[in-house]
Amino acid sequence: MTDYLLDLSGVTKAYPGVVANDDVSLRIAPGEVHALLGENGAGKSTLVKMIYGLVKPDAGQMQMHGQSYAPADPHAARQAGVGMVFQHFSLFDALSVAENIALGMENPPKMRELSQQIRDVSDTYGLPLSPDRIVGDLSAGERQRVEIIRCLLQEPKLLIMDEPTSVLTPQEVEILFKTLRKLSAEGTAILYISHKLEEIRSLCDSATILRLGKVVGHCTPRETSARDMAEMMVGSALKTPTRESKEPGKVVLTLDKLSARSDSAFGMPLREISVEVRCGEVLGIGGVAGNGQDELLNALSGETLVSPGMLTFDGRDIGLFGPTARRALGVLTAPEERLGHAAVPDMSLTENAMLTGAAREGLERGGMLDWAKARSFAEKIIEAFDVRTPGPGNAARSLSGGNLQKFVIGREVLQRPELLVVNQPTWGVDASAAAAIRQALLDLASGGTAVIVISQDLDELMEISDNFAALNEGRLSPPRPAQGLTVEEIGLMMGGAHGMEVADV
Amino acid sequence: MIRLEKRPQPSRALSLSTPIMAVLATFVFGGLLFAVLGKDPVEALQTIFWQPLFGEYAFYYRPQLLIKGAPLVLIAIGLSLGFKAGIWNIGAEGQYIMGAIFGAAVGLAFYPAEGWYIFPLMVFAGALGGWAWAMIPAFLKVRFGTNEILVSLMLVYVAEQFLASMSLGLLKNPEGYGFPGSRNLQQYMPAHNAELFAGSGMHWGVVAALIAVIFAYVLLAKHRLGFAIRVTGEAPRAARFSGVNPARLVLFCLGTSGLLAGLAGMFEVSGPSGQITIDFNVGYGFTAIIVAFLGRLHPIGILLAGGLMALTYIGGDIAQSNLGLPAAAIQVFQGMLLFFLLALDVLTHYRLRIGAAEAA
Repeated sequence: MTDYLLDLSGVTKAYPGVVANDDVSLRIAPGEVHALLGENGAGKSTLVKMIYGLVKPDAGQMQMHGQSYAPADPHAARQAGVGMVFQHFSLFDALSVAENIALGMENPPKMRELSQQIRDVSDTYGLPLSPDRIVGDLSAGERQRVEIIRCLLQEPKLLIMDEPTSVLTPQEVEILFKTLRKLSAEGTAILYISHKLEEIRSLCDSATILRLGKVVGHCTPRETSARDMAEMMVGSALKTPTRESKEPGKVVLTLDKLSARSDSAFGMPLREISVEVRCGEVLGIGGVAGNGQDELLNALSGETLVSPGMLTFDGRDIGLFGPTARRALGVLTAPEERLGHAAVPDMSLTENAMLTGAAREGLERGGMLDWAKARSFAEKIIEAFDVRTPGPGNAARSLSGGNLQKFVIGREVLQRPELLVVNQPTWGVDASAAAAIRQALLDLASGGTAVIVISQDLDELMEISDNFAALNEGRLSPPRPAQGLTVEEIGLMMGGAHGMEVADV
Repeated sequence: MIRLEKRPQPSRALSLSTPIMAVLATFVFGGLLFAVLGKDPVEALQTIFWQPLFGEYAFYYRPQLLIKGAPLVLIAIGLSLGFKAGIWNIGAEGQYIMGAIFGAAVGLAFYPAEGWYIFPLMVFAGALGGWAWAMIPAFLKVRFGTNEILVSLMLVYVAEQFLASMSLGLLKNPEGYGFPGSRNLQQYMPAHNAELFAGSGMHWGVVAALIAVIFAYVLLAKHRLGFAIRVTGEAPRAARFSGVNPARLVLFCLGTSGLLAGLAGMFEVSGPSGQITIDFNVGYGFTAIIVAFLGRLHPIGILLAGGLMALTYIGGDIAQSNLGLPAAAIQVFQGMLLFFLLALDVLTHYRLRIGAAEAA
């Protein structure tokens, strides 16, 4: 009993209207890599927040090394030897790596000493990173290393990692896994949250599966198939998206050496992107976050205008068309950032349906808006895409990420696009909703719509794309048929491992 | 420990009831203030809020309410459109002055001709003057990315100098024995913005303010442009994604607020004030900023807030002269009202949690 590092029993936490964790028990031994699996809203985040001292349980026991463990705040948790790497980084772009790390420390040592410590840790664990570099210039994988090193400097006994691989190339994932295995061999326990089952199978010793706040199973990932684990998460058999095979149609969208500056100071300019997309084709665009995905979507949606000749849709030069004019032609888009870009957080779903649906759905006549029609359009989206919400009068902010994503994608799909561009269509969406969204995209393509899917989820891209291309430093690799591509080839298209020159692994 | 917790949705009931709660809190704390100053708090509050409306001399004060309230509402409506979109026109005072100068100049140019067309031309000129003055910060913002807050505010002081120069020079009354100031338009009938019903205080400016309220209400609730304004204020990136042209919106919002401020100035100079003088402007353009926020940037709210603001001004004047309350006490009282309104506004978006700390 006492040989467990961390022992949770009967932990319960309720929020108004929902029980986030119901009688959850979990044991982690020193040096164990333990996976926490579950769909969005299953209660994974709440559970690790309790371990990290961000949330207090309503009931239940937490023990560490056989002693009662009840951290009042993250500071106490860190003192007890718990470190956490969050999915979203809290780093200042304008500061250097060492300065960022110093900011998060209780008693930062002198900058020179700290830099040496950072170098030592980065050498020991094979995490190539120079302490003097400015964070704004780092790739997402490198930023994650900053966060990991920040944790490792405190020599944690338990390291919590929340969806760490969503921003990494396959090669970078390998580096990370080597680091984690080394940590585990030295006796550090790792609690690994992810929904990428193949990764869990290759990395983790044991897994706990949560559904709707309850533990629904344990398994040894190496001996369980990904499909079985997925079905334990979802609680029912999964449907794999299907499509009818078809002949590719005529070329509908042509990008000819499209270049565009980024709106933001730390953004990535697009550099001479050339590609053709045909009717009924699904073009998957992979790449590590921050390599021009947002900029490419903006250039296609009309938020960024491009020079004449760079962008041709259905024989028309649309480079200088704004979003409204492009929508009129059938070019629809769904940006990655749901709150604040694809939807207005404090506005109702009806108003958010109006946001992009005004022209194509006839919600407006001579400038006057028809709110009754907008409401029924919103209801149609809610119905068709199974958006869980009390009604179209609710604010977009009140929806869970996955539900809002279904709404945003549904809003565009139901407008019968000629070309649909989506960025991260299933990011943060649970497995069954993700399958529904992918199916909707494939159905659109079967109906003759050209679909561009920008995503960092390679499994998703391989599942639905006809052709695959990768963005790297604002350049797009030549597209290749998705079938038969190996992980190594994809990794190289994505630019290999960033900053690997100094690695000694 | 008391903590604030963000509500999943803004509370509709509270957004309607917090203004009333704020007025009540102002009564309590304002009453305390007056009591500490040695005045009977009930009498003081009664003097400020009751006398102007239902007191012995209400026949004189009620028209004053319209005369003071109309320019506040007219300007605040224009400002609220921009504020909703995050476009900050702080220079309505300057646009108000320019509207008055343009309107008066057109009227005086026709002096002493008779003709029905003179007043409409003055209205047009007043609107044009305010609009043109607001287009300076608008153009500079769109073209060069300047800050409209600074530019519009600075232009107030330019407009004040221009006003002084006009009252001492070009527009000075040739029969005024050398005193600064223009001819009195109240004595030039074709240019006079007279009361529509004698003794009511109801002049064309009041009518314009009511029309502006209705216009703004329809615009915001039903029109694409109003929707664009609201989306831009809430989420600028989503607005661009939906197809809003930010530059055009800046031109529209600043232009419209300038136009309405110019109209307010023109109705004032041709009516209650009567002439262009060095000290023609009394701060309506700045007070209207408070009115706009007091009314929660909602047209109906602004209408009520403009009335309330005018009431505290008139009632405050009465309290000063009748009860000997210091002017500073009245200003503190008005400040309290604004403070409580904004402070209680937090409750519509957040709920209070009393008890142990717990981060979600």
